[in-house]
Amino acid sequence: MWPYLFIAPALGAIGLVFVYPLVQVVRDSFYAGSTDTLTYVGTANYKNVVQDPVFRHSLLNNLKLLVTVPVMTALALLIAVMLNDRIRGWRQYQAIVFLPYILPATAIGLTFSYLLQRNGVLNTFLRDAGLGALAPDWLGSASWVVPAIGGVVVWQQLGFGVVVFTAALLALPAEVTEAARIDGAGWWQIQRRIHIPQIRRIVEFFVVLEAITVLSQVFNYVYVLTGGGPGNASSVLEFYIWKNGFSLGSVGTASTVSVILLALASVLIAIYMRLRARDAEV
Amino acid sequence: MRRSIPIALRQLVMVAMAVVSLYPIWFLLQTALKTNEQYTLSPTGLPSHPTLENLRQVILELPVPRWALNSAIVTVLSVSISTVIALLAAYAIVFSTMRFREALLRVNLGLMVIPPVALLIPMFVFMVDAGLINSLASVVIFYSGLMVPFAVFFFVNFFRQFPVELIDAATVDGASPLTTLRRVVLPISKAATFTLVIVNAIWVWNELLIALVFLQDENRRTLMAGLTLFQGRYATNEPLVLAGALVSILPVILVYVAGQRFFVRGLTAGIGK
Repeated sequence: MWPYLFIAPALGAIGLVFVYPLVQVVRDSFYAGSTDTLTYVGTANYKNVVQDPVFRHSLLNNLKLLVTVPVMTALALLIAVMLNDRIRGWRQYQAIVFLPYILPATAIGLTFSYLLQRNGVLNTFLRDAGLGALAPDWLGSASWVVPAIGGVVVWQQLGFGVVVFTAALLALPAEVTEAARIDGAGWWQIQRRIHIPQIRRIVEFFVVLEAITVLSQVFNYVYVLTGGGPGNASSVLEFYIWKNGFSLGSVGTASTVSVILLALASVLIAIYMRLRARDAEV
Repeated sequence: MRRSIPIALRQLVMVAMAVVSLYPIWFLLQTALKTNEQYTLSPTGLPSHPTLENLRQVILELPVPRWALNSAIVTVLSVSISTVIALLAAYAIVFSTMRFREALLRVNLGLMVIPPVALLIPMFVFMVDAGLINSLASVVIFYSGLMVPFAVFFFVNFFRQFPVELIDAATVDGASPLTTLRRVVLPISKAATFTLVIVNAIWVWNELLIALVFLQDENRRTLMAGLTLFQGRYATNEPLVLAGALVSILPVILVYVAGQRFFVRGLTAGIGK
């Protein structure tokens, strides 16, 4: 009997915070109106949403931001293989690159909103370096704002990859590397053929987790850096949900986009669960 | 090693990485210590006459201490609640022969990575109906629940490394499961629990979206939700805004410096074995 008593609070919490909202959000996506006077509208919300240019643009921005995942993965791998050689100060370097990852994205966003202004620190630096042509109004230009947000995301998430990859590399058996070296393999060859393949699983986990993050947890950056602007240029799905739900009071529309976001994320969630199941078998 | 990247080049890459990682944090710090005039004249220069005026204003004249207190209350409560709930559940999952354990763990895994934004609208409506909007309880409830799946996963992985004999011995001695958990399991789980608490505390402290939506009354805001008000109100006083941001990151940095190894272990627990 006791196991059920022990597990009851967890089931209660999950029921309230996960199961109930998940069921309710799907239901709400078929209704329109404000919270008190909801009327059933079938799939009308879905039809309206997919025709809304702001929704399409928000979705496109999330997809564009996915580009940050291979970028941060490659950078983190490069840094990790160098740290793995235990170059002087590697622990300190690791601690430094990890620091941004734990800081509140709100404070980070405020800081970068000043650094990336038209005449902000980054552009001053670029102009002084004679690269004035590469100094756009990062957050005020419709074409540069998403890459700029992506840059901040990479800046903050990179350290997570570095720490995870370095930990995995340091745990690898030295014999294999030694054998390869005796056989005449060069440094790059050892990294590419021996080291990185051995930590492949960890890299896969990282890629999936970061893809989920970039798809569904970048509200903070957008809200503080640009407020979705200029216009709706930097809106993402989360921002669209927030705006419709809490600024425009359209619960149906917000719920519909929540369901769409959930559907997109569930592909990644399924991959994550498969990776886990595979790891458990070993 | 042949054809490796020369040491000098590697150090150069690392130094560049360190500068890029630290500069924005340094910029935040030095700007918070400048007067608005100094900042306008020289945004990048060192603070020639560092001043604590912005920090004084932020702490004594603006509701930052109130917000920080709200954040602290929310953090302590929701982390404690979720940790206790998860401890009990994980203990039952690992040390009992309860049915559906594997199915439960599988579902739990999926819940760990569900985007909170998808749950936001129904939870908001729920909190409105329950009369909890603008009450710290609303975010405490939501945060506690959101943290349960990862905490369960974390403790299950940890408990599975335990020798079962330890638990069996206690049971044979007639100890109840709750006593065994408190007297046998908890004392050897201190480091793991501490790790989880740190990681979750940082997550709650940093959270914005939910706090922004649930706590709209100015005095009920958390520090992060409060800071976003600064941006609009003091748009032309960057040092003041960043002094607020500085207050928000200081506890995080202190915790990081004090418990770095716990951090790394906890934050990487979602990856690998």
